[in-house]
Amino acid sequence: MEIQEIITKLKSQIVEQLNLEEVKPEDIDAEAPLFGTGLGLDSIDALELIVLLEKNYNVKIDDPKESKAIFASVKTMAEFIAANSK
Amino acid sequence: METVITSYCSIKNNSVSVNGKTFFEGQKSNDLAAFMSSLYKQIELNYPKFFKMDKLCKLGTLAAELVIRDKPDFNAFPKNEIALVISNNASSLESDRTHASAIADKQNYFPSPSVFVYTLPNIVIGEIAIKHKITGENAFFVSDKFDAELMYSYCDLLLKNANVSTVLGGWVNVDEQSAEAFVYCVKNLNFKQENEAFLKLHSSENLQHLFSL
Repeated sequence: MEIQEIITKLKSQIVEQLNLEEVKPEDIDAEAPLFGTGLGLDSIDALELIVLLEKNYNVKIDDPKESKAIFASVKTMAEFIAANSK
Repeated sequence: METVITSYCSIKNNSVSVNGKTFFEGQKSNDLAAFMSSLYKQIELNYPKFFKMDKLCKLGTLAAELVIRDKPDFNAFPKNEIALVISNNASSLESDRTHASAIADKQNYFPSPSVFVYTLPNIVIGEIAIKHKITGENAFFVSDKFDAELMYSYCDLLLKNANVSTVLGGWVNVDEQSAEAFVYCVKNLNFKQENEAFLKLHSSENLQHLFSL
């Protein structure tokens, strides 16, 4: 899958999985921070994103220290999926 | 020293009343989720975290919001003097069922963290406390039906013996499509604002009466 294709899919999955009712997938900036500013996600959302990666892309995060970089934005998540999906 | 009920909100059968007056009617065809979304929009809650909550927390948050909005002086006292005492019958059964179904298939085992965090009934107290920055006493009781005597005596004890000026008490129950909320504000007369009207004396009989309306 191309990065752009993964980004488009991820945006919809994030909106659905995290119940972001007031956000449209197309409104998400792929390079905007997911936590803090940007979408303003919280720690439970982070756990939900880990499940999302495993459930939909069969991708696991082996080193928790990498999480911050992987979940920096939708784009970094997509890059991680592209590099690690089997 | 007397304690008084200063306001209350009832939500049942897709209908919302505040202090006995109809405030909002949902469409008959609305399911519970749609009804609560309509009420959220109607009162312009503007609280995105609402959409992440389970149905029990959504219902409790909406009912508490309407009671608090009815009392403009709610924030006049320190937040550590406000207690939250909620009860129900179904505990967190709705989220428990959702979580159970997510872990039933061992071959497709993906429990959702955002569902799991709601598998305790007292989380509704936490959500109300977070929204309104309330840091006082709290308790959650599970009983077969609304236990007016228990609620009265527990809240009365708090108001007379603990450092509590206000109690937000009630019954918030969700089981499948059945939902019912009765949330009320009780004050110690010593903490009542000057000229503040109160609806009824705080007693088990009056709580039972308001609950059954």
